[in-house]
Amino acid sequence: MKDRPRIQDFDWTLLAIVGAISGMGVLEIYSSTHASAMAGMQWKQLMWIAIGLAGMLLISRIDYHTLMDQAPTLYMVGIAGLLVVLVLGYSRLGAKRWIRIGDLANLQVSEIMKLIIIIVLARYFAEVRTERLTLADLVKIGILTLIPVGLILKQPDLGTAMVLVPVAVVGAFMAGIQWKHLAVGAVLIALLVPFSWNMRHHLKPYQQQRIQTFLHPEEDQRGAGYQILQSEIAVGSGGFWGKGFGKGSQNQLGFVPVRYSDFILAALAEEQGFIGVCLVLLLYLGLILRLVDNAQKAKDRAGMYVVMGVTAILGFHVLVNASMVIGYMPVTGIPLPLMSYGGSATAFVFLALGLVMNVRMRRFVN
Amino acid sequence: MPSWNVNDQKIPQGRLALFSYLSAAMVVFLLVGFWKLQVVQSVHFADLAERNGIRSISIIAPRGTMLDREGRVLVDSYPSFSILLLRDNPKLIEKSLPQIEDGLGIAREDLLQQLEAAKGEPKFLPVIIKPAASDADIAFVESHRADLPVLELMMVQRRRYPHGDMLANTIGYVGEVSEQDMEKYPDRYRPGDIVGKAGLEKQYNEQIEGTDGMRRVVVNSVGKVMRTLDNVEAIPGKPIQLTIDEDLQQLAENDFANKSGALIAMDARTGEVLAMVSRPTFNPNDFAIRIPNQEWAQLNSDPKTPLLNRAIQAQLAPGSVFKVVMATAMLESKALPASYTVYCPGYATFYGHLFHCDHAHGSVDLHKGIVASCDVYFYNVGKALGIDRIDQYAFGLGLGKRTGIDLPGEEAGLVPSEDWVERVDHHKWYPGSTISVAIGQGAVMVTPIQLARTIAAVANGGTLIPPHLLKNATDLTSGSFPLSDDTVQQVTDGMWGVVNEPDGTTSGMVKLQNIDFSGKTGTAQTESFELQKKLGQHLKENGWFVGYAPRRNPEIVVAALVEEGVWGSTSAAPIVRDVVKAYYDKKNGHAPQPSTAENILPSGVVRPAAQVSGAERQ
Repeated sequence: MKDRPRIQDFDWTLLAIVGAISGMGVLEIYSSTHASAMAGMQWKQLMWIAIGLAGMLLISRIDYHTLMDQAPTLYMVGIAGLLVVLVLGYSRLGAKRWIRIGDLANLQVSEIMKLIIIIVLARYFAEVRTERLTLADLVKIGILTLIPVGLILKQPDLGTAMVLVPVAVVGAFMAGIQWKHLAVGAVLIALLVPFSWNMRHHLKPYQQQRIQTFLHPEEDQRGAGYQILQSEIAVGSGGFWGKGFGKGSQNQLGFVPVRYSDFILAALAEEQGFIGVCLVLLLYLGLILRLVDNAQKAKDRAGMYVVMGVTAILGFHVLVNASMVIGYMPVTGIPLPLMSYGGSATAFVFLALGLVMNVRMRRFVN
Repeated sequence: MPSWNVNDQKIPQGRLALFSYLSAAMVVFLLVGFWKLQVVQSVHFADLAERNGIRSISIIAPRGTMLDREGRVLVDSYPSFSILLLRDNPKLIEKSLPQIEDGLGIAREDLLQQLEAAKGEPKFLPVIIKPAASDADIAFVESHRADLPVLELMMVQRRRYPHGDMLANTIGYVGEVSEQDMEKYPDRYRPGDIVGKAGLEKQYNEQIEGTDGMRRVVVNSVGKVMRTLDNVEAIPGKPIQLTIDEDLQQLAENDFANKSGALIAMDARTGEVLAMVSRPTFNPNDFAIRIPNQEWAQLNSDPKTPLLNRAIQAQLAPGSVFKVVMATAMLESKALPASYTVYCPGYATFYGHLFHCDHAHGSVDLHKGIVASCDVYFYNVGKALGIDRIDQYAFGLGLGKRTGIDLPGEEAGLVPSEDWVERVDHHKWYPGSTISVAIGQGAVMVTPIQLARTIAAVANGGTLIPPHLLKNATDLTSGSFPLSDDTVQQVTDGMWGVVNEPDGTTSGMVKLQNIDFSGKTGTAQTESFELQKKLGQHLKENGWFVGYAPRRNPEIVVAALVEEGVWGSTSAAPIVRDVVKAYYDKKNGHAPQPSTAENILPSGVVRPAAQVSGAERQ
């Protein structure tokens, strides 16, 4: 038994998988942008990865129990931050998602909220001592989750808002949700879908548009439906072996929308083919299985919930992003973790992985 | 220690394992999705990807130039830009229409109409919405590449007629290929292709049109050309050399000024057309781009018929020029002796009708009959010959049938016969009609080109030359209607006298020094008396002159028609004289003399264009 967590206890296998995925991401960002005005983007992404690694190291040093002690405070700070964004936030592309920190960066509070919700819900689930969640537990979890979800939806940012939900769902599943509650939940969702369809006029125009174009992609070829169609063309035309690195016409000629970020998997699918997609998705599966392994080996249930919260968010990102790329889901603006270009998103993933390392490093510590 | 932080080892291993299986299932689900696109439907999507990024742009072949007999350019082509509307994305077009409307100044209805017309074409073939883009238009397209990716520029070759309306009816014009032509040659033409529509442009379209090339380029998502995939160069059309002499043509055109009529000058030995005028005319440059519907309608419905090539399409009474045919028929058929003489009191009565003559000519023989153009003499000749024999010689000398010149739309004229009258008017031939025909009136109709060839045939002993405009024309065949030397001698002496003897109808006004210039005048009623009554107006007579030189076996023959010119001697003869003189000036190494005021008609004969109306018969 050791009494101090050591750097040697890092999950090096997990880091290897993360490195492989990030590396493929950087290469594909290079391929997508090298011939355009955005050339050099891969260096920025590498910088974000380096910052993320530093953040991961930092967050792994602070005992997750200490973080969970501060859960109520963190939650209040997070909610306050989201309110500040709504009031004072810096608008870009028609959405208020950022707080300006000097001239250096625009802090995307919703990304930090993802980390906070993982810790807050982990603490809540750990406090449940029974084998089964009561209805009251579910209601409290629901409220805790839906407050930030609602605030993020107001920004509006449907994608990030949705991402918080699986943390609660996976946590509840681990905590022992009752079958009857699960059934009621399923029925509620089944009823909610047609209801929300009828309420669609209360959605933001861009959200209505996205749903419309998801259902009828051929009607608006330059809008979101066009994006999905071009993404599908990129993926499909890649074939089994792919067109080769830097040789995807859809990618290189700019037909794939935001090909270096949300649609990076389409760019990769075009150039590396089905083989490349297999490699990427199996790496993600490896990542998830490795995370689950960490959850299984956690010292306590609190640690397990933290790790599964991270797993839930990453898994959801992969599922929704890959589904969007092949036209199974509407465009929601959810990036592919570790591959899509983006500062806040990349930093979040590394910080979240920092929490996982944190839990792992303390599994033998008393 | 807070309640949640007890050392609780009860990890839900089963549920975590289940989560792992669900994750694996999720990846399998996604891989199936990718498999469907990348393996099952990959060919379909590869095709879509190719069409996305690859665009085919036609390279228009320049039409061949047209040169005159000395190699001077009459028609050529120059590069210019057309604006294309790409049709592969109808939604996008609809969205862009208002902007295109404003930016290029094209009416919405026009755009929609053109899109409608191209409906049956493959979607990747664009529509030409602006054939001659101005610099401003090009700048508009270039600066809106990002937000108007449906617009594209194409370099095209446009027809240019540097001399404007000179020779316009003969050259013809170009225009967009008709639907009938596209049906006829489905592999050759696409909508918007430019083809010859009239005149030589139509006649020799195949030789001069060339073969368009095709350039395939890669474009990015905002329509910018990134690189060229392949390039099939256009094969330019072949140039053609014409028999036209630009100098003679220009001189003749100038002589006509604003008069209506036609002129044809031919090499009387070969049938090479040296000049061909038709007035009023049009400017074929107006057609080289795309003629607005309104302008086209105006040209088509203009009562002055500027689109008609009068030299080969005007069918008019030849008037006294026909007396040359009558004289030839009289001598050849020997229906009357060569010494046949008539007394002319200025009129004569046949079948109970009074027929007039210009003067009381007194005693008239054949020579004087031709020289002074005595109607009474030829009334009698006509009566003696009868319509059948007149027909035989008229047909034989090339009237009533096309000359076969290499131009589309030549008219045949008409030599009336007993059969024809019975067929058309359902009554027997009136003998009185023969009397009218004898002086080139009545139903007889000729085109200027026929008349030129007929007079040349009489002067050369009966060879009907093949009129043609292509310099190196092959398979030309001359017709033959042999005439006896005596006949030729007497008739040509008469025609020499018309120009050179004091009592000739030209009163010696068109004599040329050192040149054996001969010819025959004509003044022809433009319509029947019945029609004139119906129109309630008197149409002035057409003036004819067919001249040639030298008096036997001529080198050049020129026929001129001046509509409402009244006397051929004053209206048409001076123009013919100018052309013949210019021909000899060139041949003898002098620069051709420009027309001077004296060469042009007495001022009283020239009429403002506005007064001329309904004078032609078509």
